[in-house]
Amino acid sequence: MTAENTVLDITVLDNTGEAGAEALAPRVGLITGLRQTFSLSWRTLVQIKHNPFELMDFSVQPVMFLLLFTYVFGGAIGGSPEAYLMFALPGIIVQNSLFTTLNTATGLSTDLEKGFFDRLRSLPIARFAPLSGRILADLAKQAWAIALLLGIGVILGFRVGTGPLGVLAAAALVLVCTLAVSWALVLVGMLAANPEKVQIFGFVVLFPLTFTSDAFVPTTSMPGWLQAWSKANPVSVFSDAVRGLLVSGPVARPVVESLLWAAAFTVVFAPLAVRAFRRRV
Amino acid sequence: MTYSIVTEGLVKRFGQTRALDGIDLAVRTGSVFGLLGPNGAGKTTAVRILATLVRPDGGHATVCGHDVVRHAHQVRQLTGLTGQYASVDETLTGTENLALIGRLTGQSRPAARSRARDLLAAFRLTDAADRAVKTYSGGMRRRLDLAASLVSRPRVLYLDEPTTGLDPRSRNEMWEVVRGLTATGVTVLLTTQYLEEADLLAGEIAVIDHGTVIATGTPEELKARTGALTLAVRPARPADLPAVRAVAAGFTRTEPEVRGTTVTVPVAGEDVMPAMVRRLDDAGIAVAELTLRGSTLDEVFLSLTGRRTEEESAEQELEGSAA
Repeated sequence: MTAENTVLDITVLDNTGEAGAEALAPRVGLITGLRQTFSLSWRTLVQIKHNPFELMDFSVQPVMFLLLFTYVFGGAIGGSPEAYLMFALPGIIVQNSLFTTLNTATGLSTDLEKGFFDRLRSLPIARFAPLSGRILADLAKQAWAIALLLGIGVILGFRVGTGPLGVLAAAALVLVCTLAVSWALVLVGMLAANPEKVQIFGFVVLFPLTFTSDAFVPTTSMPGWLQAWSKANPVSVFSDAVRGLLVSGPVARPVVESLLWAAAFTVVFAPLAVRAFRRRV
Repeated sequence: MTYSIVTEGLVKRFGQTRALDGIDLAVRTGSVFGLLGPNGAGKTTAVRILATLVRPDGGHATVCGHDVVRHAHQVRQLTGLTGQYASVDETLTGTENLALIGRLTGQSRPAARSRARDLLAAFRLTDAADRAVKTYSGGMRRRLDLAASLVSRPRVLYLDEPTTGLDPRSRNEMWEVVRGLTATGVTVLLTTQYLEEADLLAGEIAVIDHGTVIATGTPEELKARTGALTLAVRPARPADLPAVRAVAAGFTRTEPEVRGTTVTVPVAGEDVMPAMVRRLDDAGIAVAELTLRGSTLDEVFLSLTGRRTEEESAEQELEGSAA
């Protein structure tokens, strides 16, 4: 039997089988859509198996940031690396999570560029599944990075000042906030011509946004105008909330403000992102 | 007679350009239909509308009776798409790519695995099944892409320029595979820039240009109308060119063309060859070269529209300026 004949057998069988069942689903159910989301996030995560360098992106990079900040800047900023770590670890967790949202955008942009999205869009699957699958996979990576940073932080001398509930709440808050920010990055991924442009956006927007907050340094030494900006910067709000939940300090106000910011990001960017996603051909 | 794909007055604009300007097609169930045209003729746009990836601006289209806009989800359950660019995940293996699509289209994990295995075997990719797709050759990728579009057991299959950019050997392999599919009852809509490919695979062809259908028919009908063969005569003495031209004009309704020292003319069949030899001999013209070959898409265009495809004329301008 030749190769072509094998194709024949498969297709003929399936065709006759299907011809009897003429009833076609009019739409995708929510449960089915969620299952497709899981399949597509599996696809994103299994890539790590084939491309170990991707593991570097979300494991080595945050650890490197943590070590550099603690031992290079720590003494100068906080008096000693250990003292600085208590201040900076929550900020580094927030910074890493924000930077990781870039992966969502570059991943989507790559799929668009390579035509893989056309394949997905031609399948009878939920329209949101390619987006939600990518976002879910990236949230899993985020959770891993948070655990990694906390674990290594503790080895380096970080002490949780609250308790297990505080740690869980902090992790949950970071995930909720980065999920909200992801919508903005999904929009960027849809509008950017190619994945390289997404990276440029990261450096032009995310980098300064993060460094003009109180994620890494107390803002008291900044000029007045910058202090005013830093106070309003959502990255500061996120960092304060995580700091409160992990170490000490006010919790209620920064957490509520963080959630408001997250809601605002979602309300503004989720519809825009979904619209851009629908339009992108 | 049932039709799997029907389009009426399909229009699609991109800014100022009308990519499709009123396309009417009717594709018989179980047939291979060739959409033949040069780059930018609107072939891919038509396929993307029929695959529900693009919404038309005017007219309508149905696939197995389901409207591509209003019942897009139903259409997606019936169709498979193999694009011009292999749209598989390069970082996944062949098996993973196919199994993923199986899972997405509702197959159980074991069913998706075994379907993937069968398809990989059928497309001679078993040896590469567990290698990342980025290590595949161009031909292997196209075969995997075609396999991917068959995972969900489509009744209608779109093949958008399945052999563009492939080397001749991979192209032949692809043709074999497509011919194998045609016997299965799957309706295939094939777009191509190659007359030879459409002739070889399709039972019916629509030639499109600037978003409109300019000719339809079986390959035989089309060849009879346009001259599927091209006869080229180069006289030994360039001074004989006008005489050769006059002789050639007797074989066709199309004006013979003089390029350099060669006269070309589209002809319907091989039987003109001996007659041509006789007439040239009668006229006392010494011939340096006399060839009969398959027409290119460009030559079909010339006889259908009286002008060349734009790509070709741009090339000629370049050649002209170089000389």
